[in-house]
Amino acid sequence: MKVTVVVNGQERSAEVEPRLLLVHLLRERLRLTGTHIGCDTTSCGACTVLLDGTPVKSCTMFAVQAEGREVTTVEGLAAGGQLHALQEGFKEEHGLQCGFCTPGMLLASKALLEENPDPSEQEIRWALSGNLCRCTGYQNIVKAVQWSARKLQSDRAANQAG
Amino acid sequence: MYPARFEYVAPSTLEEALETLGRYGDDAKVLAGGQSLIPLMKLRFAAPRVVVDINRLPGLDTLAEENGGLRIGALVRHKACERSELLGGRWGTLGDAAPLISDPIIRNLGTVCGSLAHADPQGDWGSALLAMDAEVVAHGPDGSRTIPLRELFQGPFVTSLEPTEIITEVRVPDPGPVAGGTYLKLERKVGDFATVGVAVHLVLGEGGKVGRAGIALTAVGPTNLRATAAEEALVGSELSHDVIREVARLAAEAAQPHGDSRGSADYKRSVVRVFTERGLRAAAAAISAAPGRPADGEPVTTEAALDATDRQGYFSGEETIAGVMDEVRDKEDGGAR
Repeated sequence: MKVTVVVNGQERSAEVEPRLLLVHLLRERLRLTGTHIGCDTTSCGACTVLLDGTPVKSCTMFAVQAEGREVTTVEGLAAGGQLHALQEGFKEEHGLQCGFCTPGMLLASKALLEENPDPSEQEIRWALSGNLCRCTGYQNIVKAVQWSARKLQSDRAANQAG
Repeated sequence: MYPARFEYVAPSTLEEALETLGRYGDDAKVLAGGQSLIPLMKLRFAAPRVVVDINRLPGLDTLAEENGGLRIGALVRHKACERSELLGGRWGTLGDAAPLISDPIIRNLGTVCGSLAHADPQGDWGSALLAMDAEVVAHGPDGSRTIPLRELFQGPFVTSLEPTEIITEVRVPDPGPVAGGTYLKLERKVGDFATVGVAVHLVLGEGGKVGRAGIALTAVGPTNLRATAAEEALVGSELSHDVIREVARLAAEAAQPHGDSRGSADYKRSVVRVFTERGLRAAAAAISAAPGRPADGEPVTTEAALDATDRQGYFSGEETIAGVMDEVRDKEDGGAR
């Protein structure tokens, strides 16, 4: 059956079997391989994408369920050749080691910061508790999110002042 | 992993959904949040011929009080319960359970009613709602009926629902104003199933004596279990130290745990006892604060949820080795980092 999804702001359609998982639509049909498949059993969160702004595990959703909805993947974070503040934060604070969990971490963090621009350390850990880092690099992931929160806040302040 | 092939139907009315279920019966499965069904299909423990996606049905996202009771519609996600200002005070058992369901991303999609229909004995909602005498409303080809949870749960992943029926909501009866409770869960890590969970719900009657008691246990039996003898021992009693200890002992006796990778049977039974004690004390404290209970009307923040579930320490970086190292370094360089 035909499915039409707005992926990173662009309307994309594909003819799919109902059993095709959202992550396979993204990776294999739309060639957006930034979304990773980690455990494939709903545990690790590497495949996290935003569905209408809400983090979901794309290995635990059928592509046909996303019909008419907006999906944001890691490819949709940078804009105009500029890294998103979260991507910058992960770079500045060494928030990734092997990088496998990073796309999921970035998107779960994006949803957190949109809802709560100034989260405490506990709130960050709580929001990311569905995302596993196999390198166990959680300390720096938390620092990266804190860095990004500060950056986004100072950007906003600068915009308001300007 | 790919599930077996199936036909996908996304009806826009309940009638259409029921018509499809009526046609395919056991060969069809209802998809709400999909956070249990899809993993089962991927592992091919389930291979339905037809999947009926009910996410487009209108009017199933109600989470509200009505005539003193509570209604939770079939499309209410765990996250909605976690964030609801309503689920404090006398609904505190549910408010405390919500943030402990699986992990935060799964809570965005998974539903309360789906969890009940799945009937996993390790499910948390089953115990929390069983302790509160909840019942589900099931719609089928011949109209609707209500099924108390104690009759819904027949065995591991087995319910008394007909294959042609859909749970449209779960209803919790009015516990009266002087009620409260909590849910305690032991898990190895976020997202793991409960090693043990205990739901406690109390209604105080005259003279501060317990009028009604609900105690239900997670992951220590073929279904979520009610600790009936423990409940009976509570009714008419004051919540003294001795009563609480005796009731906790009876609750542990009601458990039917099996040893597995999460712990031995004896260990799990001990956890039931300890959690029942803690739960009763927490419920008593919640109720004594009932007249001006802060949980009413105040927004439920993540911080508050962490406090309420005693998870501050669990999530604090200071409790990890790296956190301790950071602290040591902070001290060395005068906190300049």
